[in-house]
Amino acid sequence: MSDFQELAPVLGKYGKVPGSLITILQKAQDIYGYLSKETIEYIAQATGIKPAKIYGVATFYAQFRQEPIGKYLIMMCKGTACHVNGADLIEEAVTEHLGIKDGETTEDGIFTLNNVACLGCCSLAPVMMVKSMEGDETYGNLTKDTVKAILDEIRCRNQEVQAV
Amino acid sequence: MKIIIGQGSCGIATGAKKTAAEFEKQIHDRSLDIPVGLTGCVGTCYLEPIVDIYDDDNHLTRYVKVQPQDVTNIMDSHFSCQLGKDSSHCITRLDEEVIEKQKRVVLRNCGLINPEDITEYIALGGYQAMNKVLSEMTPADVIEEMKISGLRGRGGAGFPTWFKWNAALTSPGNEKYMVCNADEGDPGAFMDRSVLEGDPHSLIEGMIIGGYAIGANQGVIYCRAEYPLAIHRLEVAMEQAREKGYLGKNIVDSGFDFELRIKAGAGAFVCGEETALIASLEGERGMPRLKPPFPASKGYWQKPTNINNVETFANVPWIIMNGGAAFGAMGTEKSKGTKVFALAGKIKKGGLVEVPMGMTLREIIYDIGGGIKNDREFKAVQMGGPSGGCIPASLIDTPVDYENIGKIGAIVGSGGMIVMDETTCMVDMARYFLDFTRKESCGKCNYCRIGTKRMLEFWRELLKGTGKMETSSYWKSWRKRLRMAPCVVWDKPHPIRC
Repeated sequence: MSDFQELAPVLGKYGKVPGSLITILQKAQDIYGYLSKETIEYIAQATGIKPAKIYGVATFYAQFRQEPIGKYLIMMCKGTACHVNGADLIEEAVTEHLGIKDGETTEDGIFTLNNVACLGCCSLAPVMMVKSMEGDETYGNLTKDTVKAILDEIRCRNQEVQAV
Repeated sequence: MKIIIGQGSCGIATGAKKTAAEFEKQIHDRSLDIPVGLTGCVGTCYLEPIVDIYDDDNHLTRYVKVQPQDVTNIMDSHFSCQLGKDSSHCITRLDEEVIEKQKRVVLRNCGLINPEDITEYIALGGYQAMNKVLSEMTPADVIEEMKISGLRGRGGAGFPTWFKWNAALTSPGNEKYMVCNADEGDPGAFMDRSVLEGDPHSLIEGMIIGGYAIGANQGVIYCRAEYPLAIHRLEVAMEQAREKGYLGKNIVDSGFDFELRIKAGAGAFVCGEETALIASLEGERGMPRLKPPFPASKGYWQKPTNINNVETFANVPWIIMNGGAAFGAMGTEKSKGTKVFALAGKIKKGGLVEVPMGMTLREIIYDIGGGIKNDREFKAVQMGGPSGGCIPASLIDTPVDYENIGKIGAIVGSGGMIVMDETTCMVDMARYFLDFTRKESCGKCNYCRIGTKRMLEFWRELLKGTGKMETSSYWKSWRKRLRMAPCVVWDKPHPIRC
């Protein structure tokens, strides 16, 4: 990713459009999975926006990450409805099962756990969304047991793919 | 004959896509020719996945909680006259009443139409309001109609919509913007998501009418990134509207131009505040600024800008078609019309309910929401998100309108209602909201940046059982200072008022 070729069409389209910094960062994160220091510097050069300002924006919004993430991003909803229905216990179960806390990635690089404000599926609380290249999958009415089963199933599926 | 399966985010989360795939497979296996379509959120989320089968005479049978393994039974019984319908998954009379007790204006099409097909919206009278406005009404007429309706902003502040539109209309300048705030940031609220996913054209039509009323030729929808399905359906809807000539240059030969685009938010609660939202639209950190100047005179790129919430816009076509007076006839004297609430938490029948303003909390929670899960004792209901408040059981007969809810120290807010039962710890809830506000503080003002952290420490101590009386006065002093903060997001931190 050193020559940032993938970013060229994005910068071509938005690079000179005022107010497009967030859009550029979103596209860059879609491509590389996170915003590295090098990516930020490259965008700064290409757009003429100061790296400090880009860093300021990138660290302001919850969506942007400065560290690489695992293949599956677990977005654990911590909205009010989920909190009332025991989201903390579900998070504990994930931490226990995978050995990672909020913001961390498993050693095998498969899962990253991220707490998020609200996924808007409040009537199914507690809820989590698993984001990956395969698409976004939302799971509702979680219990300690179902969340572990879901994670095991993903891990299993992933190992099978690797074996093939 | 057709089969329609509810596929909003909540439906999909309960497996609606797998159910839909199973129906398609079985229809194929049985060599039948029945289309399987989709619709948005029906509102009764606790019954998802919901399957509607329309017979040739348009008679509807609604099946609920349909998982793939249930499909064979339903197909066998529904399509062979001898067996009778599979009653185990048929919706019960009690559950039908949940919808019948509501008055649906904003959600008029949600759960009925395919949100990805503009012709279904048009078939139910869609874009007629836009045609009427562009061919028969002046901007002043539109604003007058809004004034008659008494519609107030549904995003939380409850400011009269006509007043904001009029301020933007009369503000000097040729370049104006119409912005939709779809950054539904209150945790526990999902009304806007359902409209975006279930009836995106009603928002687009409302924005075109609003744009015409204030003289804006450009519109932006600021939608939160946590709603990928909503963004997708909006994109599809905008493309279809463009093809029909409802967006772009010279809309339906009226001479009025209106361009619309989506800007995906990047996750910051404070961006629900309008000046922060504008900063975010401009690619900056989403930090609020002091008002005045108000966005109506200096907003997006310093141009006159009007910002309304999704639900507010979705009301607009209905008001134009049915008249402001019909809208004003619903609700109470000062809080007109209907309001959508998101019922969640310890409630039996969680989902979206739309009722006339002025209905009591008891009616909403018990008559429509079915009461408390596991028949436990009702303790409180949290309204208005982190800027709102917890309403205790003693006030359950309070009518829900801007005035009455404001009087008891909470706010109607955007419409989230999180029900709590006897097992919910209120000290923990206060800690939860302070944790939330601390994380989401934009950091601009020290009242909030430091204050929320100090106050959170106090509540953490309390929860640990090591809280001291002396610190409570310290906490109160911070609370007072926090209310001096210029930002409207935190000026009423009700949940931590005590």
